[in-house]
Amino acid sequence: MMDNKMICTELFENVVENNETIGFAFLGRLPYYRGLGLSMIEDIKVEVDGEAIAREDIRFSVRGKAYTLDQMETVYDDRWNFGEKARIVALKPGGLAPGKHRIGFAVRMRVSYLPFVPTTKDSKELLLAA
Amino acid sequence: MTADIRRGVSLYSFQNETFQGKMSLEDCIRACAALGARGIEIIGEQSFWGWPEVGVDEAAVSEWHRLMRVYDTVPVSHDFMLDYKRYKDRDMPFDEQVASVRKDVEFGARLGMKFIRALVSIAPEVLVAAAPYAEEKGIKILIEVHAPLHFDHPWIIRHAEAFEKSGSDALGFLPDMGMFLHAYPRVWKEKFLRLGVPRNIADYVEKAYADRILSEYVILNVQQMGGTGPAIAMAEVMRHNAAFEPKRMLDYMHRIHNVHGKFYEMTEDYVEPSIPYDEIVRVLNKGGYRGYICSEYEGNRWIEDAEEPDSVEQVRRQQVMLARLLGEEAVPALKTLVAA
Repeated sequence: MMDNKMICTELFENVVENNETIGFAFLGRLPYYRGLGLSMIEDIKVEVDGEAIAREDIRFSVRGKAYTLDQMETVYDDRWNFGEKARIVALKPGGLAPGKHRIGFAVRMRVSYLPFVPTTKDSKELLLAA
Repeated sequence: MTADIRRGVSLYSFQNETFQGKMSLEDCIRACAALGARGIEIIGEQSFWGWPEVGVDEAAVSEWHRLMRVYDTVPVSHDFMLDYKRYKDRDMPFDEQVASVRKDVEFGARLGMKFIRALVSIAPEVLVAAAPYAEEKGIKILIEVHAPLHFDHPWIIRHAEAFEKSGSDALGFLPDMGMFLHAYPRVWKEKFLRLGVPRNIADYVEKAYADRILSEYVILNVQQMGGTGPAIAMAEVMRHNAAFEPKRMLDYMHRIHNVHGKFYEMTEDYVEPSIPYDEIVRVLNKGGYRGYICSEYEGNRWIEDAEEPDSVEQVRRQQVMLARLLGEEAVPALKTLVAA
């Protein structure tokens, strides 16, 4: 559900901190008909041009608050709301070269009433402006 | 008791549009009101960002009440989730689950709801423990009887027994009409064909469903026909869906206070090909049902890979069907554009 709407196309950029390009960022949505408390986001996977980003190099932020995936596991007072665009940062020294890149994005979530743990993914080609 | 069946909509129906910001809460309610579907059901955390972990401020609740007044609609149900798997590797303790339900009772009351919907996997003891608070707030907690469960399933019978033993009338059922799936939905079959299921296997599964063949036999046959991956998945759907009979609701009418008008597809001539709504309305009339049938469109997720769902049109068609089955004289119509 909502698979093809997970990766948003309006933002795709390199992330610069202290004059250093530390990675890239895009906006992602939870593929679900409701939101989830952050502790129930079991994993987020990001790929760029077929290369997987390590779990510890992914940052998730909503409404200006940033979390590592490990931190999210014990966050009980914040949510990824229905349709809310989270800023997903992948740490990758030097960032990405301008041009087209194939982004993969997958979310594994713990849903109380389901007898399995679903992973939903999307893949889109995004254009990084020069 | 004389039946009094009213039309409503669960805003779940518009999820494809609301997820993408193509329809606001007001757009949804305006559409329902235009169709004469005055009962409004929501999944609290879908319509109100922040619920439950962060909370919802009073301004958002006031706006909800303003919309109800402006469009002359009625709050029916806040569907809550109770995430008892909030903690990794351990279930939420019993007392915390009860406290969580009480929070949803309170939120339902703030929104002016008559009911809150509990998911079917929640233990009866939790709901029984929350019942006194629900009574105090004038709310009924309704557990959603949803496929693969049904009114003869031991889990539902256990709930029914617990409700009777509690002596509380704040506990009841909300049946989802998807449990009366009389034909394999066309939109499901089409989706599996797009996923690569061979035509002969898809036709076989559809026919086997119509013939009421036990799912396990169908799965084996599909394997022997050379089916893999999505073909097996297409047959496995039959483990979770079946053509139970609407008349099974009759034993529980005294506890049925809301109904989910689940549908997967409404055709141009106002038919849901897989769910027998004529029979359902007959049974509800016979049982003296007094409450809403809230449209719950769930075809969106089966077609979104191929086309953009038109949820408002799908809901309109179901509302026309319901109005006809309920013997209403006027046919619901959208007089104005719903979304800008």
